[in-house]
Amino acid sequence: MMRAFGWVYMALAYAFIFLPVVTLVLFSFQDGRLPVPPFDGPTLKWYADVLGDSRLTSALVNSLVVGVGSAALSCVLGFLAAYGLARHVLPGSVFMRGVLIAPLTVSYLIIGLGLLIVFNRVGPGPSLWAAGAGHVVINLPLAFAIIYASMGAQQENAERAARDLGASDVKVLALVTVPMLAPAILAAFFLSFTFSWDEFIIAFLLTRFEVTLPVEIWSLLRSGLSPRTNAIGSVVFLVSVVLVVGLELFLFGRKRH
Amino acid sequence: MAGARDTVRGWGFVAPALLWTLAFFVVPFVVMAAMSLATLEGRELIWGVSLENYRRLFGQAYLFRAILVSVEITLTVTVVSVVLAYPLAWIIAFRVPERWQRLALLLAILPFWTSYVVRSYAWLLVLAREGIINKALIGLGLISEPLTLASTRFATVTGFVHFFVMLLTLTIYANLVQLSPNYRRAAIDLGANGWQAFRHVILPLTLPGIVTGAFLTFVLCIGDYITPQILGGNNELTGPQIIMVQLGRGANFPLAAAMSIVLMALVTLAYLAAARWLRLDRI
Repeated sequence: MMRAFGWVYMALAYAFIFLPVVTLVLFSFQDGRLPVPPFDGPTLKWYADVLGDSRLTSALVNSLVVGVGSAALSCVLGFLAAYGLARHVLPGSVFMRGVLIAPLTVSYLIIGLGLLIVFNRVGPGPSLWAAGAGHVVINLPLAFAIIYASMGAQQENAERAARDLGASDVKVLALVTVPMLAPAILAAFFLSFTFSWDEFIIAFLLTRFEVTLPVEIWSLLRSGLSPRTNAIGSVVFLVSVVLVVGLELFLFGRKRH
Repeated sequence: MAGARDTVRGWGFVAPALLWTLAFFVVPFVVMAAMSLATLEGRELIWGVSLENYRRLFGQAYLFRAILVSVEITLTVTVVSVVLAYPLAWIIAFRVPERWQRLALLLAILPFWTSYVVRSYAWLLVLAREGIINKALIGLGLISEPLTLASTRFATVTGFVHFFVMLLTLTIYANLVQLSPNYRRAAIDLGANGWQAFRHVILPLTLPGIVTGAFLTFVLCIGDYITPQILGGNNELTGPQIIMVQLGRGANFPLAAAMSIVLMALVTLAYLAAARWLRLDRI
């Protein structure tokens, strides 16, 4: 009895979790003007329409560029900081870790508002660069924490061995430390990319003429429900899912062996 | 190995990340905090130390109302999400065979990765007058007129709960699988029934995980603009919606900054309330 109840609960929970996504994707194939029941179709015309829209495709490219750029910079800065704190005895290291992690505790809206106030006065002004800088702020703590957590004595011994054999510091970093930490660095990169790719409010506040995809989608919402919005939303979802499933298979699937 | 030279080198590695955080997080935050104490005369910003903005936030009915609405929605969402997510995490951890657990979990949080603009839009589709829920209820003969589900607080809460059930299922599951099954067995050997074992043994042991997840929910929920804007509409505004209004026409940045500080103060209060059980290093 209890057992059956458990399975029913699980089925209902999954139905709740998937209801909006299934509705979104299903009605992106709607052959009609409104993405509501009854379902006509399927048709791919909204996908053709969306992929032929130069505003959307350039926003998509912007999102990719900002995502890759900010994720890469987050990983480089995060890796260096993690290396410095894990391999050196530094006064004030607890404080420094605290400062690096602090942005995680502040909502994106508030981070974006602070940056908007500053960029209105100095620097590039609202632009993709500004949005990218904001995305590094939110992703750096994650990248740092992930990489720092995976630095252990194992790599330290290998580094020492390489140094004893005469490798220079740069060589040790590039040929020993980075390859040994590659899974953590890749995980940090993909996670950062996903967060940047999906992020709306910072990008909305800090971009003006050239925008990222979530901001462009936001402006589509003003025209109400449309299968077009379903189509672009489904594309964005697909990209995220491929990234996450890839990450799961590539990184966590490997760990089990 | 810890010589002065080594220390300097260590700082060299940490400096870039530290400087970035300083320039693009700490400094903007301090400027924003200072701005919350400034005032506007006409369109001109007068820096100073004035509590005028805070007086308005707590004195003017529609502004204070927004703070209350934010707190009410956030608390509702936190409680409902925990109550719904716990059984799901439990079933995945203890009922689903071990080899399927990863898949079950991956599925349970897959829609988590839709961008939140898209996710809120998707709920709008579901809850619209012509949407799938109204059509289904009418089809079943349960109602004759479509219900107004969108542009209500119910819609906002539903959108939020959907997101946080996924997040909490993940954190609570992680907590449950770390527990040794011996605790439950021992309780039952000592004469407890299933409910007593849960209430007095499992629940207290998983409390830190629950509270950490609930705190995360609180932080993310109270600062979100998109979900209440798309799903709740403009019938009742939340704190973040007030902030965004102040950044638009007739911009009042000092008032927006003050509202941000108030929202952060609320997060700090939640932190203090939860601190006893919080394990933030485990996130």
